[in-house]
Amino acid sequence: MKALSQRRRHPLAAIALLLMALLMVGGIYSAASSANQAQAQTESFSANDAEEGEKLFAANCASCHGLGASGSSAGPSLVGVGAASVDFQVGSGRMPLQMDGPQAQVKPVQFTEEQTRQLAAYVATLGAGPAIPDEEILDASEGDPANGGELFRVNCAMCHNAAAAGGALTRGKFAPSLEGSSEKHIYEAMVTGPQNMPVFNDANISPEDKRDVIAFLKTIEEQGSPGGADLGSLGPVSEGLFIWVAGLGVVIAFTVWLTSRSS
Amino acid sequence: MSSSTAINAYQPKTRVGRVTNFVDSRVGGSGMVKEFGRKIFPDHWTFMFGEVALYTFVILLISGTFLTFFFDPSMAETHYDGSYLPLRGVEMSVAYASSLDISFDVRGGLFMRQVHHWSALLFVAANAVHMLRVFFTGAFRRPRELNWVVGTTLLIMGLAAGFTGYSLPDDLLSGNGLRIIDGVVKSIPVVGTYISFFLFGGEFPGTAIIGRLYVLHILLIPAVILLLIGMHLFMVVIHKHTQYPGPGRTNTNVVGYPVGPVYAAKAGGFFFIVFGIVAAISAAFTINPIWNYGPYDPSPVSAGTQPDWYIGWVDGALRLMPGTVGNWDFEWNIPFPWGVNTLSLNVLFPALVPAGIVFTLMLAWPWIESWVTKDKREHHLLDRPRNAPTRTGVGVAGVVFYCVMWAAASSDLIATHFLVSLNDVTYWLRILVVVGPIIGFMIARRVALALQRKDREIALHGRETGRIVRLPHGEFIEVHEPVDEYKRYQLVSFESPQVYAPVADANGHVSRSEKLRSRASRFFFEDRVAPVTPSELTAAHSGHHGEIAGAQDRESIASH
Repeated sequence: MKALSQRRRHPLAAIALLLMALLMVGGIYSAASSANQAQAQTESFSANDAEEGEKLFAANCASCHGLGASGSSAGPSLVGVGAASVDFQVGSGRMPLQMDGPQAQVKPVQFTEEQTRQLAAYVATLGAGPAIPDEEILDASEGDPANGGELFRVNCAMCHNAAAAGGALTRGKFAPSLEGSSEKHIYEAMVTGPQNMPVFNDANISPEDKRDVIAFLKTIEEQGSPGGADLGSLGPVSEGLFIWVAGLGVVIAFTVWLTSRSS
Repeated sequence: MSSSTAINAYQPKTRVGRVTNFVDSRVGGSGMVKEFGRKIFPDHWTFMFGEVALYTFVILLISGTFLTFFFDPSMAETHYDGSYLPLRGVEMSVAYASSLDISFDVRGGLFMRQVHHWSALLFVAANAVHMLRVFFTGAFRRPRELNWVVGTTLLIMGLAAGFTGYSLPDDLLSGNGLRIIDGVVKSIPVVGTYISFFLFGGEFPGTAIIGRLYVLHILLIPAVILLLIGMHLFMVVIHKHTQYPGPGRTNTNVVGYPVGPVYAAKAGGFFFIVFGIVAAISAAFTINPIWNYGPYDPSPVSAGTQPDWYIGWVDGALRLMPGTVGNWDFEWNIPFPWGVNTLSLNVLFPALVPAGIVFTLMLAWPWIESWVTKDKREHHLLDRPRNAPTRTGVGVAGVVFYCVMWAAASSDLIATHFLVSLNDVTYWLRILVVVGPIIGFMIARRVALALQRKDREIALHGRETGRIVRLPHGEFIEVHEPVDEYKRYQLVSFESPQVYAPVADANGHVSRSEKLRSRASRFFFEDRVAPVTPSELTAAHSGHHGEIAGAQDRESIASH
């Protein structure tokens, strides 16, 4: 203790203090942020899954993401993206990428559930990341759609549209319609932030709140449109187009009929 | 029973007769019926859009009255406990809760809401099409200039009615719309912030605006519209209806059917047709699903937030306005004696200038045209749009200008549905909003002139039948089938003003306005296809056929 106090005026003391402070802040931050990470880690993969996954990865993904998923000029590194990310991108048909573009398009799913699982297992071994969510947290019937609706309007509607019909982003990017998306994919999208979507970690929106959002989306999907055909739920644009084309079209047909001469 | 008076010698024999006689002897209805019932209206499908507007307005009054029985324009906070599950327990305003109740808990309420909203869209659309018809056929000319002004005011009132109604349910979409209006109001120099404070009763959104808009929407604006409709129809009766040119139709007669019984029946039936169309649409297609948007809260803005179609062009102008050009962000700080006022031109300019241009030009056009042509005569015969090429061009330019801004209001949906970049859509529309009207003007005018030339050909040589005949001496000719006289009348009987030469006043001085008028006249009428003259017609039809006459005619066209 004496040695420490004797050296408190040492020229390097300030640097040592700074180092200690940085280490402490960084340590606390990493502890806190890992605590915030979506942890619904339940699915355990066997070593065999990861092995099979590695083979699939080398054959189908490595040309862009690089051997060992360390990334290349054509695709990002997948170290630390987590199993949820793989399950979402591959399971929804976005990966393997159909074509280069502003963002990945949905296309028919190319891998079986088994293969997707193996790929996810492999990528999960590369570094810690969000895991595939648990069945229990995906159960929409447990959620509160009213609360989910409020969360959706505040956090999601500015891109995905209040009725989840999708919307445009800059330079050809877009937020897709959420109709038909599975509970699992909705959850995974929230925790991994695919394409241009921000990450909503558990500190942002708790797993229960995420379930509420899913419950809201499933409720409005199942109830259909109470007022008749919804014209794509796109708001006043499709309504205006409809009245000009169909409404006025029928009116004009009648005006022509009414003023035609009987012969 | 038979109360015989000295004044009324007529003794009706039936019960209906007694009732009508009772009324007639007190209000003199038979005079009106006799006068109005013999009013002649011409028959043409393009003359019926004004009727559609009138009928949709009646539907709006009826369905709107129903809605007022259940709507509560209060911004007090409440928690929804109606039957729509995804909003159960959510905090919202009473106005929104009562709109949801109308939609889900009032019998027939959702249908009536949809009838009201669909007929509002159709009302403004019918107004717009009606005005386009009036413009392109020149029906705004003397003596109808004032009625054109009343009609334009009606359109503006229609927009005001639509916008105030759009804001009433206090859902997210309408709140976003109000926020934009608030921004526009605040961008007005010096007084903007004060107006916004007075309008909203404090800081946006406050707790007063829905009630105030409600009063405007159900009381003031409909009253003004009713008054204007009264004036509009009164003037239609005074001026009598215009008609398209044709054999036997002149400036002093109207060829058509009388109101009683033909038009009374047709128009009455047409009301029910329009009502039926609106009801069918409302039953099958949803409009403004307020339950999707949730209660208004100033923080969220949904993707795909647009106003109803008729306000769309102003929204589009706002979307097209660049935020900055170079280093200038359109912000102008004016040092007034009392302090610095900031002028946000990038809001003020797109919100007010395009609409200002369009409405000013619309209101002034009858006078602009009569000033250029020096034509102060009464016109009861309509122009075919092709026979007034410059007016048609100007109209098309206006339509293009409007439609580009209109399209810009849906730039995000254009981007997602045609898989193009939102930024590119905006860049292209920015170019088009300037270049489009000019190109539209040139193309429309050229097309009008080309159609006139075609009319000329048909009047002189008839229709090309496509039948090639070989004459005995080996020559091939195409048989032209002459048009009948009625058809030809329409092709040749139109006025074609020529360039106006400036006239000097008594002192031999040509005034500046005369010079300006002549320059404008040259712009209007320099390119001109001369109507067929009677001598040309007889020349074309005497001793004929084929190439020789055709060659002469071509020369005569070229000489004009």
